[in-house]
This record gives sequence, structure tokens and C-alpha cells, in this order.
Amino acid sequence: MVTQAPTKPSIAGQPKIRTQRKARAMSGTGGRTAALFLTPFFTIFALAMVAPVIYAIVLSFFAQQKSGLGFGEAKTSFVGLENYLQVLQSESFVGGIGRLALYCLLYIPCMVGGALAFALLMDAAVARARKLFQLLVFLPHAVPGVIAALIWAYLYTPGVSPIVSALETGGISLNFLDNQMILPSIVNIAVWEWTGYNVIVLFTALQAVPREILEAARVDGAGEIRAAISIKLPLILPALSVIMLFTVIGTLQLFTEPSIISKATASVTSTWVPNMWAYDAAFNRHNLNQAAAASIIIALMAAVLSWAVTRFSSRNKA
Amino acid sequence: MSTSTMSRTRTSAPAPKPKRRRPVARAGGLGSTFTVNALLILGCAYMVLPVVWLFFASTKNTADLYGTAAYALGEPAFFENIMAVLNQDGGMFLRWMANSMFYAAFGAILGGLISVMAGYAFDKFQFRGKDSFFGIVLVGVLIPNTATVLPMYLLASVFGITNTIWAILIPVLCNPFGVYLARVYSAAYVPAETLEAARVDGAGPIRSFFSLGLPMMMPGYITIALFQFVGVWNNFMLPLVMLQDQQLLPVSVGISIWQGYSIPQPEFTPMVITGSLLSIIPLLLAFIMLQRFWKSGLTAGSVK
Repeated sequence: MVTQAPTKPSIAGQPKIRTQRKARAMSGTGGRTAALFLTPFFTIFALAMVAPVIYAIVLSFFAQQKSGLGFGEAKTSFVGLENYLQVLQSESFVGGIGRLALYCLLYIPCMVGGALAFALLMDAAVARARKLFQLLVFLPHAVPGVIAALIWAYLYTPGVSPIVSALETGGISLNFLDNQMILPSIVNIAVWEWTGYNVIVLFTALQAVPREILEAARVDGAGEIRAAISIKLPLILPALSVIMLFTVIGTLQLFTEPSIISKATASVTSTWVPNMWAYDAAFNRHNLNQAAAASIIIALMAAVLSWAVTRFSSRNKA
Repeated sequence: MSTSTMSRTRTSAPAPKPKRRRPVARAGGLGSTFTVNALLILGCAYMVLPVVWLFFASTKNTADLYGTAAYALGEPAFFENIMAVLNQDGGMFLRWMANSMFYAAFGAILGGLISVMAGYAFDKFQFRGKDSFFGIVLVGVLIPNTATVLPMYLLASVFGITNTIWAILIPVLCNPFGVYLARVYSAAYVPAETLEAARVDGAGPIRSFFSLGLPMMMPGYITIALFQFVGVWNNFMLPLVMLQDQQLLPVSVGISIWQGYSIPQPEFTPMVITGSLLSIIPLLLAFIMLQRFWKSGLTAGSVK
């Protein structure tokens, strides 16, 4: 799907199609008309994405220095890459990246594997009530991230949670919110939110697999599992790689769930993941320049990662 | 495919032919009808039970919440809880819901239209630099939302529009993925011949878009708008960063504030839970009624 290597959109600016009149083939389908249709989108895009990113890049090269005792006007001075160095040297930011990496390692296989397994089961000949299953499995996606995190926060809290009390009657005492369990607990929230969505994507791709091929395989004696692995799986690889791409980008957005959970437990600090670090820098430490630098670092990580995923999946397809 | 070299691996007896509309019934080696459906039910239980828990929990008062079995109805306090939610701070919850509805509907209808127009132009018009411009759209798709929220806040504070509705309304119009989807829909639903015929009949490009293209792309527009609606409704970081005035908050941030209160004051807990339940009802209804559209949206987004 995506072939361009993501670059920073800093050169995007306003659409200049208006001046390129020569390319029109016939009246009404050329550059002028296109400009008319594209201007609203690119204006918003410039306002809501390009300009903020450029401004953040500019801010990230400056720092506020308080003079003397901290009274009086703060001075703004150019500091080059120093904000970036400070962010990258901050233990809590690097720790957040490490946590995010660990989160990816746990979340991506669980979610994608789970979605794939569920979609294959739903596509199996003997599955019943597919429409109902589709609706039910999609249900969590209609629940906002905040509410999902709240629900699970309660489901992790001893005294309220049916899960904790069920485990206790089984003789297992597990604190979902302590330091060891908190990461898997948050992964579980994300898995709950996103698996169903991807089940539907994969199931639709599976439905497009030509039935003749499967029938031929069946005649040749391939069982359902064998057919799933050797025929269905290769045929839905494109859908799978799109899912991977969006999942990887999605993990970098991690903010809502840990922010909500952080109120319920001390295991999640205010700088738990990079996005929370940036938020904390802006609103608790009041260092906007560092917050800008952190945001740019996160966007760059997204660019590199999505480039890597598209490279990897296009090579796979070839 | 090496299936021809396989020996017979089917272990179980062929399952009874399901009475599906599917022409070819493939009998299962993956175990029986029972195993497959049992696993599906198990998976669905995982998806559904937390929401069911929310419903049961919303019927309880604070004492019952901590004191009774999770999936039992307590002293029926459901309506008391709802009244408490609605009356808190002079009806603040309804205000939050209305804000969410307004932001999400604005983003869905106007932002959706902007995306549809752009996608239509990318599909139907020829102009120089088309690939580069579409490349910019795709880069926009790949930039995580949260990475641009703080930069947006920084810029918005320069213009002094933080803590106003504009800080929300402008960003929610931007939906690069919608443009991408709209291009797919335009290619699928709007035949070039129809537009050509309209052109010959003397209709200008704008008129033919609104009287032909847009109606033909209506299912795509609804799908894009639906996803945009959900995206805005669910957005947490943007309003959290941009807005301080409680009167302007959407329900997602509002409830998270109540959650903050409920840590020192447990009597807020039933309100957090009941408020959560009330806030997901509009989305649940939208998804159930518009099933056809979100399914088609997920297909279009993944196949191309």
C-alpha cells in the first residue's frame, strides 16, 4: 500500500497546484479544479500537522533561561541540539522507550496472533453465527480508550474485581497493578481494544480467498489446519502487513491507558512512556522546549519504524 | 503449494454439512464444530464480559460495589446512580456529552466532506505533482496523532486559541486516512464515463461532484464520517492538553477527572462507572446500526 518512505512533512507547505495549469488534459479535470477540491484538505493539513511540527522543531532548538534568582524575565536563547541531548540522556525518557519496546514485544504477537487465530476460526467451515461473532468481537472498539482503561482498572482492583476474587478462591493471589504485572496488564487492555477490529479486517480478507483453491486443496487431502497455514495465510499477507504497520504506529501513541491507570496505582509513573514524558515536561515541569524536542523524537521514531515495516513487508511480498 | 503431496491428514470424521450460504462446505480437520465454536464463544466472552461487568457495576451503590458478587445485581441503585451522574455540578455530565457530540459530529460531517473531496480529486483529476501530494497524505497517515498534539498545543498557545473550541475543531477536520479511503471509494463507486457524460452535458466539475460524485460515494462518505466520529469521540490527549475550562470538555476527559476525584472520595466511583456506561451507549448504537459501513471501511482500508 504505502511506497513512499515517510519523510518529515516540513516542505509540504501550501498546495501550489494553482500555478500548474499546463497539465490539464481537458477542461474541468485539470489542475485548477483539483486545487479547488484539494485546498480545504491541505489548508487544514498545513494548520494541524505541518505548522505545529515546524514550530516544534524551531522551539526544540531554544531554551528558556531564568536569570539570577529566577525572578524577572526568562531569556530565550539558541541552544542547538542540547534539548535533544537532554531528552535522550534523561533516564526516565530512555526508560520509557525501553518500556515501550517491551510493550511492543508483548502486545504485537498477542494481538496480531490472537486476531489471526480468531479470524481463521471464524472462517472455518464449521463456524456458526458469523455475523453475531463479528459484532460481538468488534464491540470493544466502540468503547473509548479512556473507558476501556477505566473498566480494566476496576477489573484489576482487589475488592471490586471479579477476576481477582475468582483467582483468590482458586488460591492464587495476583496483584495486576504491581510493578511486575503492570506492563502485561496494560498490554491486555490494548489487546482487548484492538483485537476485534483486526479480526474483522483479517476475516474480510479471508472471505476474499477464492473458494476453488480451498476446494482443490481439500480434494487433495489437505485438512482445515493445513489449508489455513499453506493457503489462507499466504493469501492474506497483504492485509496482515497493513495491520502490522498500523499496529506499530499505534503502539507509539500509547498514552491514554497508562495515564488512566496511573491514577489507580503507583506502578505507573508520570513519565512511564515517551508520550507521558512529553506531557509531563510541558505541564508539570513547564519546559516547553524539552517537550517539543521529545515530541519530535517520537515522530521521528514513528517515521523510522513505519519505514522499516513497509520495507520489510514489501520485500516479503516480492 | 505443496498440498498435492500430502497424505490424508484428516483425523476426525467429516463434520455435518453446515447449512450456510457458502457453496462449498469444507469439513474440518481442525476438530469438530464444537471445538471451533467453543473457541469462538470463549473469545467473544473475553470481548463482551468487561462491558457486561460495567452494566452490572452501574446498578450498585458504593457499598455494594465492594461488597457483592460482581455479576449480581445489588440493591438496585441504577436510577439513583444515573440521577447522581446527571445532577453532579449542575448537569455537567450532559454538557460534556453534548460537547463530545458536537466535536465528533463536526469532525465527522465537515472533516469527512473535506476528505471525500480531496480523495475524489486524487482519483478523478489529472494534475502535476499528484503523486507527491498523495505522498504527503500518506506521510500524514503514518504520523502518530499523539506526536502532533503537543506541537499543536504549542502553536495554539501562540495564537491564543488554547482553551477555546477552535483548539479542538480545527485539528478534528484533519483526516489523512479519510483521504486515502475516499480515493479508494471514488475509484470503486464513481465511473469516469458518468462524469464524462455530465461534462458533455455542460455540468461543471463542482456541480458534477455534488450532484453525481458525492451521491455515488455516499456509502464511502458515511464510512469515513463514522470512523472520524469515533476517532474524535475517543480522543483523549488532544482535549486533555488543549482545554482547561470544564464547560468545554468532552466526556472522555470529564470522566477521567471524576476518576481522579474517586481515589480520595470512593463515593464518586459509582458515578465514574455509570457515567462510563452512559458515554458508550451512543457509540454502541451507532456501531450496531451502521454495521454495513464499518465493515466496508475496514475492507477498503486493508485490501488495497
